[in-house]
Amino acid sequence: MQKVVSPEHLFFEAPREQVFITGSEAVREAVRRANVDMAISYPITPQSESMHLVGDIFKEGYIREYFRGENEFAVMSAVAGASMGGVRVFTATGGPGTLRAFELFSTWSGARLPIVCAFMTRGVNSPLTIQPDTIEMSYLLDTGMIMLHAENAQDLYDYLLKAFPIAEQTEVHIPVGVFADGFFVTHTRENVKVAPVDIKLPPYNAYSAPVPVMDMENVPFRQMRDPFVMKSNYVSYAAHASWQQEVMAAAERARPSISSYLGGLLEVENADADILIITSGTAVSIAREAVAQAKQEGLNVGLVKIKCIRPFPTEEIRALTKNAKAVIVPEFNRVGWLAKEIKSIIPDNDKVVGAPRVFGGMTMPTQSILAEIRRCQA
Amino acid sequence: MSQEYQVLAGPEGYLPPAAAVMGVELPKTGEALVEGSLVSDNEALHKIADKLLSAKNPFFFPGPLLLWAWKAGVAERAQAVRDLADAVGAGVIPMPDYRPKYPMINPAIEINPNHPNLTIWHNKIDVCVFVGVHCHYANIALKIIRGGTSCYTIALCGEAGHEDAMISLRDVNLAKIQELTAIVMDKKRQIAGGGK
Repeated sequence: MQKVVSPEHLFFEAPREQVFITGSEAVREAVRRANVDMAISYPITPQSESMHLVGDIFKEGYIREYFRGENEFAVMSAVAGASMGGVRVFTATGGPGTLRAFELFSTWSGARLPIVCAFMTRGVNSPLTIQPDTIEMSYLLDTGMIMLHAENAQDLYDYLLKAFPIAEQTEVHIPVGVFADGFFVTHTRENVKVAPVDIKLPPYNAYSAPVPVMDMENVPFRQMRDPFVMKSNYVSYAAHASWQQEVMAAAERARPSISSYLGGLLEVENADADILIITSGTAVSIAREAVAQAKQEGLNVGLVKIKCIRPFPTEEIRALTKNAKAVIVPEFNRVGWLAKEIKSIIPDNDKVVGAPRVFGGMTMPTQSILAEIRRCQA
Repeated sequence: MSQEYQVLAGPEGYLPPAAAVMGVELPKTGEALVEGSLVSDNEALHKIADKLLSAKNPFFFPGPLLLWAWKAGVAERAQAVRDLADAVGAGVIPMPDYRPKYPMINPAIEINPNHPNLTIWHNKIDVCVFVGVHCHYANIALKIIRGGTSCYTIALCGEAGHEDAMISLRDVNLAKIQELTAIVMDKKRQIAGGGK
């Protein structure tokens, strides 16, 4: 039904058709072309629709296996099992679903599983909220997975497809989380350019994995049932430490392919401006409009869109911010995790303004960014 | 991030970093790594031969990808590695699987990626060659060796290579192993003939 083509052909060479779809439908279209063996679902707002639509293409024959798990922890465990068994898997979750499954994300990385998971972010709070919020990304920063943050449905489609060859390289082989701001991206329609439906990615080659396909006689499972894991001695500690270092190294090795497929870990408009706005996700779209309005007022402002949160574009941001007088970081969460990341890597970090910051489902008016620009310009 | 981090024989310290985190990048096709720097594949082959021939007690550590005939061509590659070890005059200690075996391991006859230092210390190995070991386990072992021993590590990798080895080739196949053996034999003849 579909012809296997190289990732480069699918991403860059094949003609694209423009369709007017939601972010959830963009997930479906990416998975349709990703040669996925197994997809496992569990509903959680605002993700539910995406895995429902993935179920539709299972029925159409684009996916070999699809089922609903008992809960998010069960789903993330099941996709781990499938990935250890040597097949390409996909799932999606968001908000409280992410937290319910949390232990598994570090397990995926530690077991070197190239799982691709879409996270449709939402608030995590009591009283219960279903509104857009990126706070779960803060919690996931140190799970070992690669984290890509989509600005819109086009990004979501592209990043999801590209996540598979990034994740599955022998030297990388860790999970990729593709994040999209819930509702803003998942539930709104926009123009998305998609590759022809009759082509797909090459299949996953488990025999080039850096670990053997799962076997209960092999670590990590063997390690769990051997006393080794519980030993209080230097030899055991050193093995565990080296293991964790290797997972961090794997993320570092992803930088070249992320740069190649995504056109860099970040992209910049007007890099030499005195005031830079650095952000990710849908805040980029709002910041872009604010930059345009600032220009009409005669204010010279640059925009940095961070596409890849892990590995973090440390050197790129250091270079970009070196001569900037102010760095404004708008975010859709209460903790300001991106501002903290940026502050932690540049020497003169008192010029980083962690604002505007909105949450609880509030939108981010362009005026709130303009106000910060004017304050920095004064 | 330092671009000058060198991957040298240890003992480097209590918990040396992964070389990738220190800015060492994997070689591209046709390239290799020598002590953290990118060189041509050919230059690395000669460095490997020199290291092996100047070693006091070199050993090869073949892993499961080479020890079991799990697909066509593996037996031929295993024989080629055996021929290479014989040409060097090196010993062979297998890494048959990755199960942690401490403290029950017999380091005289086996190496394990979770505690490779025990086998290196026990046998007083000064240069070792990883071949046919799954990349994750090779990297775990290479860091532990660099941290706690003075052994010089070489990785003949069939995939993308290893930053944590002192010398690493990538895309190693039967022809590459045979090419290395030919270089070793040629250098031995030069040494025997008094040439350089």
